[in-house]
Amino acid sequence: MTALPNRRGSVAIVGAAECDLGLVAEGMSALDLMAQATVRALDDCGLGLRDVDGVFAVAAQTRMATTGLCEYLKIHPRHHDITYMGGSSYMTLVAHAQAAIEAGLCETAVITYASTQRSSGRNIVAPREHNPYETPLRPVLPASAYALAASRHMHLYGTTREQLAEVAVAARKWALLNPAAWEKEPLSVGQVLGSRMVSYPLTVRDCCLVTDGGGAIVLVSAARARDLKKKPAYVLGVGEWLSHLSISNMPELTLTGARQSGQAAYAMAGLTPGEMDVVELYDAFTINTILFLEDLGFCPKGDGGRFVMDGAIAPGGALPVNTNGGGLSFCHPGQYGLHLLIEATRQLRGECGARQVKGCESAIAHGNGGVLSSQSTVILGTDALL
Amino acid sequence: MDQPLATSPLTQYLRHLEAGELAYQFSPAQGVAVFFPRAVSPYGDALEWRVSKGLGTVYATTWIPVRDAAPYNVALIDMDEGFRLMSSVRSVPADQIRIGDRVRVRIVHAEGEPPYPVFERLHPVQGAGGAA
Repeated sequence: MTALPNRRGSVAIVGAAECDLGLVAEGMSALDLMAQATVRALDDCGLGLRDVDGVFAVAAQTRMATTGLCEYLKIHPRHHDITYMGGSSYMTLVAHAQAAIEAGLCETAVITYASTQRSSGRNIVAPREHNPYETPLRPVLPASAYALAASRHMHLYGTTREQLAEVAVAARKWALLNPAAWEKEPLSVGQVLGSRMVSYPLTVRDCCLVTDGGGAIVLVSAARARDLKKKPAYVLGVGEWLSHLSISNMPELTLTGARQSGQAAYAMAGLTPGEMDVVELYDAFTINTILFLEDLGFCPKGDGGRFVMDGAIAPGGALPVNTNGGGLSFCHPGQYGLHLLIEATRQLRGECGARQVKGCESAIAHGNGGVLSSQSTVILGTDALL
Repeated sequence: MDQPLATSPLTQYLRHLEAGELAYQFSPAQGVAVFFPRAVSPYGDALEWRVSKGLGTVYATTWIPVRDAAPYNVALIDMDEGFRLMSSVRSVPADQIRIGDRVRVRIVHAEGEPPYPVFERLHPVQGAGGAA
């Protein structure tokens, strides 16, 4: 695989906004929400729909997301992209938008996703595909796939259910600092362990929320970014890895493709894990945060359980992780990657209020798709890092 | 001109299960087992069908609660021939299965459903003990 040419900082995220979140008005469609997010994100940077010439959209419940969104907004962009990998799609779409802008295929890129999985029901929004080699065994997907990964991590490294629960407890503490978060009450390790079991060792509180939601981001070239309203979040590094589709085909359940995607992103950015001021990791399940902290180089392989103990990733801890409250406590509309990018952008801008990380100049936003199936990493930075 | 495949990989697999066999494919070029069954080899050669001796080791395990009934096990099994599949260990309570348990396949064939492989535990992994 040839390395990408070094295009560090060539584009920036200049607009970021969410659609309605949580439980939206009855009858809202995914396209209603994607269009809402798109218009809000454009308002955020002072650009208009007529400026948009690159549409990058993915949705689970409406398969022709780009065509549908363009119909809704009455636009005919010269460039479009619907690269579908699940939750990691949005980081990959950042890489694709960067390449498209650099190649002159578009100048103003919008990336968007939304779902009404809570209002409409998850089985309607994203029905599981039949796999003749897995479906007869009745795994509860995706949770059972992640539970199998957790069983390996516990077996190989002695990770405990309490350590998994600490991830949920930390996410909840961040959520309590975020007025937009779904969860409003504190959470203890005991409550996580005592909640309804979904697929051992994961209880309901080890699993992400099931909400409506989504968002949009706007990207332009670095030169144009400097003239717009808000502080740009420059794209310093991108990387991705397609590992497997079904969990039976993952080579080793404790080694995710975040190693490869992270290495590529750090190399392009010329930065190391120790230089990340804020860390946004796709926490669909508590085991994810542990795996990605390891595979993105924040602690050695196998140490993730110990790393998250004693509030290390909670507000006031050594490493700010999932500062919006995460998929575990803030919002999770089925595919969560865009929310990581939006939070990273807001942290770099200094817009995060009570949950703001002081002196935040760099951010890593890591997306996961399917059942640890695909990994996609974006490193963002302020102009201090250019 | 390419000849169309007469029998799909899935149909061939199911026919073996109906005969009480867990079958897999083997790549002579790479010397490795291949699973799930495929129409073409990932290695540029012609895959051969083989029948597993049916012995394997639990690689990963979980259990799923069922309201008003016993939980059931879902596991990934590493077969001795070098392939892995998702299955369920049935002979022991679902929460007592451990990574490293040695297991043997048994084919389940319920009326009106395709057959699928489950496993019985031969003996627990050495040094196992303690609560789930």
